[in-house]
Amino acid sequence: MTAAIEELKELKVDLVVDARGTSCPGPILAAKKAIGGCPVGGVMEVMATDSGTLKDIPAWSKKMGHDYLGSFDDAGYLRLFLKKMK
Amino acid sequence: MDTSKKTIIVFSGDFDRVFAAFIIANGAAAMGDDVTMFFTFWGLNALRKPKKQATSGKSGLQKAFAMMMPRGADKLKLSNMNFAGAGPKMFKKVMKQQNVMSLNELIDSAREQGIRFVVCTMSMDVMGLKEEELIDGLEFGGVASYLGDADEANVNLFV
Repeated sequence: MTAAIEELKELKVDLVVDARGTSCPGPILAAKKAIGGCPVGGVMEVMATDSGTLKDIPAWSKKMGHDYLGSFDDAGYLRLFLKKMK
Repeated sequence: MDTSKKTIIVFSGDFDRVFAAFIIANGAAAMGDDVTMFFTFWGLNALRKPKKQATSGKSGLQKAFAMMMPRGADKLKLSNMNFAGAGPKMFKKVMKQQNVMSLNELIDSAREQGIRFVVCTMSMDVMGLKEEELIDGLEFGGVASYLGDADEANVNLFV
């Protein structure tokens, strides 16, 4: 179960990755490169415009052992949130 | 992280097929997997250096093969709608417009992510390609090297 938009908006985000404008597999490549800079237990936000990212970041999070928190559309682009677990 | 292995055999030298292989390879590596790509037959053309290289010890037929085949990732043909070379140009244009990574960028990204490239030496002999005609950083092996990796992998693709 992912969080409601209001909860996502109130999250303290530790690291923002801007993958807007990139197409598959750009957003997960960007997420992989950036995750090292996020503290364990911290929240990373991925900004993206490729709609496939809505499926890809949850799948990537699951595979990498992180908690996917949810997403919402912010005036034309996607904001996806995950908690780094390890 | 649940690391697993993936192997991809790149048999085709079609631009679109090689492109798909590299998308999957990069995606798998981004998900923390160990990826090995095996290049055989037409797939070798994706790894050729764009410029003609001085070689020795090739038969006439081997020279002819090497001359007729595309030299490098930029020269590959489309499996469909090639239109005598116009197809790939149009494809690449649209891909650029859509901010899709180019095949060369995907190859570079694969290397950055530590994806292994293993080249079938038998194919090299048949097609008249020498090590010095291929890009750097390759491993050279045979079917057993592929099967050894495939045994340990949970996904094996033939493209």
